[in-house]
Amino acid sequence: MAISIDKHFGLYQHALELRSQRANVLANNIANADTPGYKARDIDFQQMLKHRMGEASDLVPVATSDANHFSAVSQADTVTGLKFRNPINPSIDGNTVDSQQEKTEFAQNTMEYQAAFEFLNGKVKSLMSAIRGD
Amino acid sequence: MSLMNIFDVAGSGMSAQTVRLNTISSNIANAESVSSNTDETYRAREPIFKAQLQAAMSNQPFDFSAKQMDMGGGVAVQGVVESDAPLQMRYEPDHPMADDNGYVAYPNVNVVEEMANMISAQRAFQTNVDVMSSAKTMMQQVLSLGR
Repeated sequence: MAISIDKHFGLYQHALELRSQRANVLANNIANADTPGYKARDIDFQQMLKHRMGEASDLVPVATSDANHFSAVSQADTVTGLKFRNPINPSIDGNTVDSQQEKTEFAQNTMEYQAAFEFLNGKVKSLMSAIRGD
Repeated sequence: MSLMNIFDVAGSGMSAQTVRLNTISSNIANAESVSSNTDETYRAREPIFKAQLQAAMSNQPFDFSAKQMDMGGGVAVQGVVESDAPLQMRYEPDHPMADDNGYVAYPNVNVVEEMANMISAQRAFQTNVDVMSSAKTMMQQVLSLGR
């Protein structure tokens, strides 16, 4: 019986990586909480996970008729999945970081990272016990 | 690895807030530094923050052909500027630094504003520290994978 370790880990390896990338984006928002003109950003986690898993995303690309045309799917949406936040109350200096919101998002992201890690860890442990046979 | 990058990002936030705290303490310490000449009077200082690109952190030119948006590399202090607010001219003819008309030029430091700024800088610093310790926990977890 062939076991594909890649398949065994499933989406958790992608989820873990995306969660750490999202933590990076949120940390950047928090670091720039006082920077004039800075626009808060976030990752569309669901779309990005679909993209990583090779599933078709909900985004519809614009048709191109020439090789020199730009692919009209916004690059920000497909590759790193970065999007700008819709600010609730932007500052007068153009900053759209809501420190409270970013903090809660970061805490939630950390929890979800730990959840993904636990699942991945379980997979690894089950593989290990299969190898050891005990 | 993007978790490593969080340390740089949170660290840049912490150092920027430290610069801000430095200017605030300088402003408060000099709030009563008088002078008879308006050109020599101390003026309130404040740092200018600017968002940084990830590529700037690693000293590599940003690759525009790579189809990805920069995730951001934290914040940098672009410079420190002096406030343009008018100086406080107080009529104190007995003061040794008084000019011919009896006025002494006091700095344009608003101590109340500085205190509010100080609290804001302190909170922002704390948040960055929390972010860094979260990233540390996350990394330590990865190291324990499979144990």
